[in-house]
Amino acid sequence: MKLREVVEILDGKLLFEGVNLEIDIPCAFGSDLISDILMSTKEPTLLLTGLVNLQIIRVSDMIDLFGIVFVRGKIPPDEVIEMAKERNLPLISTKYTLFKSSGLLYNHGLRSCKI
Amino acid sequence: MSEYWFIRSGFEKRAESFFQKKLAEAFACDYEIGKQDFVNAGKAAAAIKFSLKRIGVNAEILRRVAIIAYEAEINITAHANGGKIRSNIHPDLIHIVFEDYGPGMEDIEKSMLPGYSTANDLVREMGFGAGLGLPNIKKNTDVLHIISEKGKNTFLEVVVFF
Repeated sequence: MKLREVVEILDGKLLFEGVNLEIDIPCAFGSDLISDILMSTKEPTLLLTGLVNLQIIRVSDMIDLFGIVFVRGKIPPDEVIEMAKERNLPLISTKYTLFKSSGLLYNHGLRSCKI
Repeated sequence: MSEYWFIRSGFEKRAESFFQKKLAEAFACDYEIGKQDFVNAGKAAAAIKFSLKRIGVNAEILRRVAIIAYEAEINITAHANGGKIRSNIHPDLIHIVFEDYGPGMEDIEKSMLPGYSTANDLVREMGFGAGLGLPNIKKNTDVLHIISEKGKNTFLEVVVFF
């Protein structure tokens, strides 16, 4: 699935422009617990989360993320968006819940990353 | 004082030889970690990962070392009165020592249980405090050694072989 499709399916909003929407997203993972995210992502993945503090960007320094989808309409502070820009890490916000977002992406063929 | 050792099965000989010889030739870096400093937390772990990446360590080991270093750095930030990290990079392994400035762990064995956490609400709101920090470190390391006592500094060291 292309990143562009993720944005469309989730009726999402890109938090900054200029990212490549044609990249392939092979899999996804969703959680609001940082240790869960670190423990469960063994391959590069798209992350769905409700966490918007800057530690979520630090997490992206530890593991390979294709992008972060913030669920439940959450928007991170400007400094977090700036940090993502520096890393060229796409950020998307959707009003849908973690459950609904995951379900929609799954229905369109996106699967879980290896855990 | 309470002490905890874990050596991954199959790594006993290499671990023994490392701790006996305490190899002198290492590239050492020090990092200072501030109490509850969640703005900077994770920078040391990222720096350690970057150092290894530069010398061509493979991606799977980079991921394991990054997770170990990040979890331990967050533990110092969230639970301790600050602390310090020293990473020693050898040609065939990385040895990282995390030492905080107290207040010590009440029960190491308990803290090794997935789901056990003493994190406060602030820390939990940030997405930490799942009680998976030490289990996650253990899962990714080849050697884990912890010395702790209530009221004293906690000493945690890991070795990951390349």
